[in-house]
Amino acid sequence: MADDANKVNGAEEAPVRERVKPDPPGYFEGESMTRRHVFTVASQALGGLAAAGIVLPAVGFAVAPIFHRGKERWEGVGPVSDFVEDTYRQVVFTETEGIGDAGKTTAYVRKSSEDLGEEPGKFVAVSNRCAHLGCPVRFVEAAGNFICPCHGGVYDFQGKRIGGPPVRPLDQFQTRVRNGQVEVGPRYSVTNQMEPVRARDPGEFTGGIWEYLYPPRPSTFPPP
Amino acid sequence: MPNFPKPRIPDAIVPPPLRKPGKPGSAGTPEGQAPSDLKTAPPERKSAGDKLLDRGKEAPIDALGWVDQRLAASGFLTGMLFRKVPKGTNWFYTLGSATLFAFIVQAVTGVFLAMFYTPSATQAYASISHINNEVPLGQLVHGMHKWGSSVMVILIFLHLGRTFFFGAYKYPRELNWVIGVVLLILTMTMAFTGYLLPFDQRSFWASIVGININGTGPVVGPYLSDFLRAGPEFGATTLSRFYAIHMLLVPGALIALIGAHLYLVVKLGTTAPPWVRADRPKVAAPVAQLDAGANGHRVDGAPISGEGNGASG
Repeated sequence: MADDANKVNGAEEAPVRERVKPDPPGYFEGESMTRRHVFTVASQALGGLAAAGIVLPAVGFAVAPIFHRGKERWEGVGPVSDFVEDTYRQVVFTETEGIGDAGKTTAYVRKSSEDLGEEPGKFVAVSNRCAHLGCPVRFVEAAGNFICPCHGGVYDFQGKRIGGPPVRPLDQFQTRVRNGQVEVGPRYSVTNQMEPVRARDPGEFTGGIWEYLYPPRPSTFPPP
Repeated sequence: MPNFPKPRIPDAIVPPPLRKPGKPGSAGTPEGQAPSDLKTAPPERKSAGDKLLDRGKEAPIDALGWVDQRLAASGFLTGMLFRKVPKGTNWFYTLGSATLFAFIVQAVTGVFLAMFYTPSATQAYASISHINNEVPLGQLVHGMHKWGSSVMVILIFLHLGRTFFFGAYKYPRELNWVIGVVLLILTMTMAFTGYLLPFDQRSFWASIVGININGTGPVVGPYLSDFLRAGPEFGATTLSRFYAIHMLLVPGALIALIGAHLYLVVKLGTTAPPWVRADRPKVAAPVAQLDAGANGHRVDGAPISGEGNGASG
């Protein structure tokens, strides 16, 4: 085609200087891209940049809470003399501020017991959040057990699972004594051997390989 | 676009410039013989009121024609609205439209509920009580939204069952099946996120359990539940997060995918139910022809199996 066009224009007779034919067509000597290709790539790159400039902050905004750890919170739940070794006392305190009753949670608190192999002089605060799916368990005095109303999970006096679908013992809260008041702090989970680990959501196993299958979350506090 | 046979368009909806002049005796022109003498029997003159009435009757059609001349949508619309459906189409084929209707009910009632609802952990329950007890018709609109959500979930499953048992997911409609499954997942997401919003005891604990079920997925589960709660515990922004997902994020995706779903339905047509067999010749073929058919073709050269059975719309 191009040759025919040259003949028609009489360009064949004209003394033209030798020129490298574009190969592939559209590219001239020393060029690696056509003008069209440059603009295509550039406009797509700019569009991608603009899209990323909108999407990345928005997505980051939505997922940021995963990496954010709130302020450590301690709340007094009663004088030391309120709590004994052989039974629990139910306390209600605020775990999340600013949302009223929905931010409150319940713990069962007692003095630590040497008979159960615990360090003496401390306080044990067992969360009422079932380790199955998070329903509120209650301590049944007569049985000495924690019982979950939803799916029949049963835990012994220490909070170890003895029946039903739960996958690990009940969570606990850190405790300390300030000015004669027992204070409860951040939540942590325990393994079946009662070793403290970072707080896990209900339904997640703890200990051994499960520490990798249900990795600790950056939003939780280190265990005591 | 497949080449849809064009149904006859009623004269009433064709704009005047494109309309064919009516034959005498049809559509508006006086019937019978022309008057023998115009002087002795002049044609009746229409009064001004009648002319105005006629023009008024034309007005909506003119307006429609004006839009259509610029939009050129009538071809597409007639193709869509007058498309052929296969033999055997029955009431089960309305389940998809019923699901769409349920979605529209949810969308409309949801918009009006949003006018009174406050997505705040301390005020949500009070605002729902206000809607139910004090806003005129509030209980009705809330009830439509609440029960309508169950209706939509039930209908979408029946629609899925119909598609599955009729084999309507097969080639070339696999992509529509995939889109339908995504729509099902989005509908379940709507049901899950909407359940929390009344913020009573039931919705609160059901959402706690639901979030914790999400958390039991290995490796990503803990982060997923943190994402849903916006933190390690049910917090101040959990409710607003659910609200935003419920009324902004998922509905947008739903509407877009419903559009794609319907486009494919119109483009590909619907299937006949599996019990509708291929059309067979009414007269039994002579033995000689049957023998000739042994090589896979009828005598007239058409392949024996598959083609032209009228079972694909």
